[in-house]
Amino acid sequence: MAAALGVGPEPALLGLWADAAQVHALLLDRATGTPHLASVPVEGGAFPALSPARPAAAWFERMIHDLWGHHATGGTDARPWLDHGHWPATPPMAARPAPREGAPPHAVFLPATAPGLHILPLGPVRGGITAAAHLRLSCAGGRIVRAEARLGYTHRGIPLLMRGKSPRAAARFVARLAGEATVAHATAFARAAEAALDTEAPPRAAALRDAMLLMERTANHLGTLAAIAAAAGAASAAAECERAREMLARAAEAAFGHRMMMDAVVPGGLVADIAPDGVPAVRAAATAVLDALQAIGRRFAATDLAGIGCVEAGTAADFGAPDALAGDVAARAAARLRSAGEAAAALVPALADVPDGPLSVALPVGSGEGLAAAGSDPVWHWLRLDGGLIAACFPLDPGWLTWPVLEAALAGAAAEDASPIAASIGASVAGVDL
Amino acid sequence: MIRRVAITPTPPPDAALVQALKGRLDTAAQARLGRSLALRHVDAGSCGGCELELRAAAGAVHDLARLGLRFVASPRHADVLLLTGPLTGAMREAVERTWDAMSDPKWVVAVGDCAVDGGAFRGSYAVLGGVDTLLPVDLAIRGCPPSPLQILAALAALVEANA
Repeated sequence: MAAALGVGPEPALLGLWADAAQVHALLLDRATGTPHLASVPVEGGAFPALSPARPAAAWFERMIHDLWGHHATGGTDARPWLDHGHWPATPPMAARPAPREGAPPHAVFLPATAPGLHILPLGPVRGGITAAAHLRLSCAGGRIVRAEARLGYTHRGIPLLMRGKSPRAAARFVARLAGEATVAHATAFARAAEAALDTEAPPRAAALRDAMLLMERTANHLGTLAAIAAAAGAASAAAECERAREMLARAAEAAFGHRMMMDAVVPGGLVADIAPDGVPAVRAAATAVLDALQAIGRRFAATDLAGIGCVEAGTAADFGAPDALAGDVAARAAARLRSAGEAAAALVPALADVPDGPLSVALPVGSGEGLAAAGSDPVWHWLRLDGGLIAACFPLDPGWLTWPVLEAALAGAAAEDASPIAASIGASVAGVDL
Repeated sequence: MIRRVAITPTPPPDAALVQALKGRLDTAAQARLGRSLALRHVDAGSCGGCELELRAAAGAVHDLARLGLRFVASPRHADVLLLTGPLTGAMREAVERTWDAMSDPKWVVAVGDCAVDGGAFRGSYAVLGGVDTLLPVDLAIRGCPPSPLQILAALAALVEANA
């Protein structure tokens, strides 16, 4: 499979995961935007590695080994990833996990050599209100020689919790995979379940899902911009982003009964309709956010974020990450501002076009396989249903492709710039930790 | 122009909760802490939802600093350990070491349903349960996630109990 893919970024690898008998690669032909799911059988507990051809595959191969026990033959990295040695039996997704014995092993990090090298180990308990992740910076002088992330601290075992449940019951875990992308994950999962059963959500539910995705995307961009501004010491820009984000959270509560719209999207449609005063509330918030973005843009223009944390366009493409991550911190902030403006502007027409009709359909009890994304967000869900229950599934968070970009962006940067650089990449921890 | 966001008045702290919290605090601690508490947040396995609302509570709109509460980076400076998420096996040691680094008198606050009892993730192989499986919880803030106002009201009760 690795040889067939060849060297070079096309097609892009979006994700790699497994079930009991197969390993599945999600590939994207970027020229046409067509996704392909390629599957290879696991033979003798092993499958051919993709990491020699696609560097981002290494993280997935480590995860597959930790969760299913399948070994990637010829892989570039065989260290554990999500498994820190605390699970009572491993591998947890295998048919017969074996009890673990002995003390948890020490983490092994990649070596770095430079004169006067010192290590800055950050996390899993870091300053401020942050997710549990470890970032290890090997520095010489004030410069980062190598940055390496270690995740898995917030692994909650979500793929196993979902297995054997109905799509409706599993949606509760999907909504809590990554809090900031709860609508995106719930929508991709619902669409995958609907595709597996050859059904579709009613037009009203589909239109409201699109509006909710736009609200969540706008709020996320504002959150990331607030984090960049705070890390860069631009307190007024951060405050402006926080105010705008709060307006969206309140509109979400008025419209859908929850500030983050958690548990609103389920397979088959939506749990509840938008509240009668929800439409004007969201419209007002969108208009206010568009105003605020003007002020935020001016404040960002006054910050000095250019030239730090540079990522070559080719590097982002090598990892299959979105082009918006290329460039320096200033470029990524500008891309977020643009994208937030587009999403907020699209909200008003999206709410104007919501057709009348039912909110959900009952899902038939059946079998099938489904793969779906959440709109333009690179969140994917794959599942296989057997007799109405989930036989295998995988939630694919975009964080899998952004952590490698963060490591690349930090290499060569000044250690004191690590916070704004990390904030500008905005890699999700919980979505990758599963 | 800066568009104003209406500042929602903080609900008054629940009298029964203040009494209960006071009961947990000895007089020496009261003299030392007064009306100001330093908070240290640790993610014990959260999805990130509680962090969003904690950030909103700390941020420009809700501004919990006006209640005498502030987030500090070092556990050495903290009076309160705010824990989010179900306690995962992988975070157990980090939470324990953060708690041990804090000096007495100190409090544990469980933020969100997962921290209170494991929430949706109770029973998973990777999760030990609520944070009370490891530390004595003084204040539990329920919700998935609790809203910034719920967080503010509960922490205001903690300040009130100290005053």
